[in-house]
Amino acid sequence: MKDMNILIVGVGGQGTLLASVILGKIALEEGYDVKLAEVHGMAQRGGSVVTHVRISENEVRSPLIEEGGADVILAFEELEAYRWIPYLKRDGVIFVNTQQIRPMPVILGTADYPEDVLGFLQENANKVTSLPALDIAAECGSAKAVNTVLLGAMAKELPFSKETWIRQIESTVKPKFIELNKQAFEKGYQA
Amino acid sequence: MEKKIMLGNEAFARGAFEAGVRVVSSYPGTPSTEITETAAGYEEMYVEWAPNEKVATEVAVGASIGGARALSCMKHVGLNVAADPFFTAAYTGVTGGLVLLVADDNGCHSSQNEQDSRYHGRGAGVPVLEPANAQECKDFMKFAYEMSEQYDTPVLIRSNTRVSHSRGIVTVEERQEHEVKPYKKNIPKYVAMPAMAKKLHIAQEKRLNQIQEDSKEYAINKMEINDKKIGIITSGICYQYVKEALPEASVLKMGIINPLPKALIEEFAAQVEEVYVIEEGNPFFEEQIRAMGLPAKGKDMFTIQGEYSANMIRKAFTGKEPEHAPAQEAAGRPPLMCAGCPHRGLFYILAKLKKTVLGDIGCYTLASLPPTSAMDACLCMGASITMAHGFEKARGKDAAKDTVAVLGDSTFFHSGITGLVNMKYNQSAGTVIILDNRITGMTGHQDNPSTGKNAKGEPAPAIDIAGIARACGVEHIVEVDPFDLPAVEKAVKEETAREELSVIITKRPCALIVKQPNIPHLVTDACKNCRKCMDIGCPAIEIAEGRPVIIAESCVGCGLCKDVCPFDAIKEEVK
Repeated sequence: MKDMNILIVGVGGQGTLLASVILGKIALEEGYDVKLAEVHGMAQRGGSVVTHVRISENEVRSPLIEEGGADVILAFEELEAYRWIPYLKRDGVIFVNTQQIRPMPVILGTADYPEDVLGFLQENANKVTSLPALDIAAECGSAKAVNTVLLGAMAKELPFSKETWIRQIESTVKPKFIELNKQAFEKGYQA
Repeated sequence: MEKKIMLGNEAFARGAFEAGVRVVSSYPGTPSTEITETAAGYEEMYVEWAPNEKVATEVAVGASIGGARALSCMKHVGLNVAADPFFTAAYTGVTGGLVLLVADDNGCHSSQNEQDSRYHGRGAGVPVLEPANAQECKDFMKFAYEMSEQYDTPVLIRSNTRVSHSRGIVTVEERQEHEVKPYKKNIPKYVAMPAMAKKLHIAQEKRLNQIQEDSKEYAINKMEINDKKIGIITSGICYQYVKEALPEASVLKMGIINPLPKALIEEFAAQVEEVYVIEEGNPFFEEQIRAMGLPAKGKDMFTIQGEYSANMIRKAFTGKEPEHAPAQEAAGRPPLMCAGCPHRGLFYILAKLKKTVLGDIGCYTLASLPPTSAMDACLCMGASITMAHGFEKARGKDAAKDTVAVLGDSTFFHSGITGLVNMKYNQSAGTVIILDNRITGMTGHQDNPSTGKNAKGEPAPAIDIAGIARACGVEHIVEVDPFDLPAVEKAVKEETAREELSVIITKRPCALIVKQPNIPHLVTDACKNCRKCMDIGCPAIEIAEGRPVIIAESCVGCGLCKDVCPFDAIKEEVK
């Protein structure tokens, strides 16, 4: 693998940061250079959030992935996948949680939630993997594990071993949530 | 040596730790907050949250006079608050090394403006360093302490959102202890009164000239001569964008950005055909470089607004853009007050009573968004109180009856108290509402004087807000539970009607700290679709098939919607 740009998008509070931290540790362990960029503060309060993960054999310069630069988009929510699609390379792939969280302008009726997001993604990505990560996480015992379910789905397609993923999940989440997250990762991996 | 992935801000804290810093005093502010939070985890350093940046900076100055290495961190607008001690500490210099760290917010991710703090460094006459990645955050911090003690000056480190909030690989080293230097009384150095200050000013000029001369040797500057057609002068995060976009170009990356390393700039310019300056924000470098007589291009190609990117720079130089799917018109997702925020109800009441709301910085600024739209102005920390006073003086006491100032507990301690003293002293009839959520919310839950804990999480005295209001001479102080909407409405009506100064304190901890009962509510068949529940702007309520429904996984069971429903149609879910 020469380099890999992964854009993680979702809604503030969905746990997008954990996914990037785990990816960063894996890259470090495997001897790559890595940079991660994230959003704190105001946008975290239910806003649209994005985390950039850049992994490379060479020195990573900018911490940001820009339009047309992502090999992978990991989307925690459909509208966010739709919003960030210009960031995907023409031959990029998307993993999307089939959850819809309506933003306030949609709730108030001043904007529409897009129809058939998955169809749109299919047209604009090389490959789309969709899964009901929230339901899967709930089956594992906590809706909060949605991030590890999605990591599991993505892990299958990335060039890092399953053991590495699990080791870094163990080193990152709180001890009492390790079993839950390992189970969630496995279910995502199998999905 | 161990390698770790660190946030830029964590690396700054690590740098301070390794540099032997003993005292850290800061006020939280995005994107600087995590430096002090991380520092608090190191036992070897005394770390505190101060009520504001002026206090924090003065504490750090005092620690430096006392012989210890000291640090104060803040966001860009915080440096305005700290400007008073900063500008004079730039004259007096230091005993223990003194570093101020300021984090700008190009792109306004979480701020009220895009202020360019480099001008503060130049205005004050202190050296300014600017790192470009997490490793440099740590390295520059350590270098800043060496500089500070070598030249007898405070040093300003300038970061921004992308440097502070990006993670990268950092090599960590051991802490080098720096013992507290013996204290020696030195009136000419530390008592800044006119006769001394004039001499100190001369000394400052000399030291800046010395730094400028020495700066060509600093390892923190990098000159990379490649293709000589394009020569780019840059610093900080822009260096990364330039390297990404134009890997062939020659680059001068300045690590010190005040005073500018002029000898290096001249040497660089002599080797390249065209000089371009790439800097986010104002033409700070460009104007100085042009004043050196060099024909540099910069703001004729790039805007002063927002963040730059590799794509933007590539397009400007090569006209090329990567292929990608066109941007879609996607519904915006503005940030919101959280589901279950106990203070949402107050804004519902203020909107209902059609009050003019002079607002303040923090989570509560979000009440300005629809559907509550319950805010008329927001300027800076503490300005709700003072603007309300000015509004009343302009429009008279009757206007005061329709006007309130609204701010949070941390903001009140930051710079609300002096405004309240002013209101009392200058006989305002206004109403100040302090939303006491027992934490500094928007920046990610830092303790403050009201929380009963200090920056290290240890028990600390909790300062009573009502007690302060009383001490300021306020006679009408009402404390209400914001979940008790009728009591909130009554308090707002009574206190605004009163022709005397009042303070209302709505008291409930942040919903993210103290969880609500967490029994989701649901809309029953008794719903008449009046949509009153939509007026509170709760993200857990939406319209589905033409009627309000509550999203069970978002609802935390605060019951605010139940309280505003005129038909008693919202109930707790029975499990």
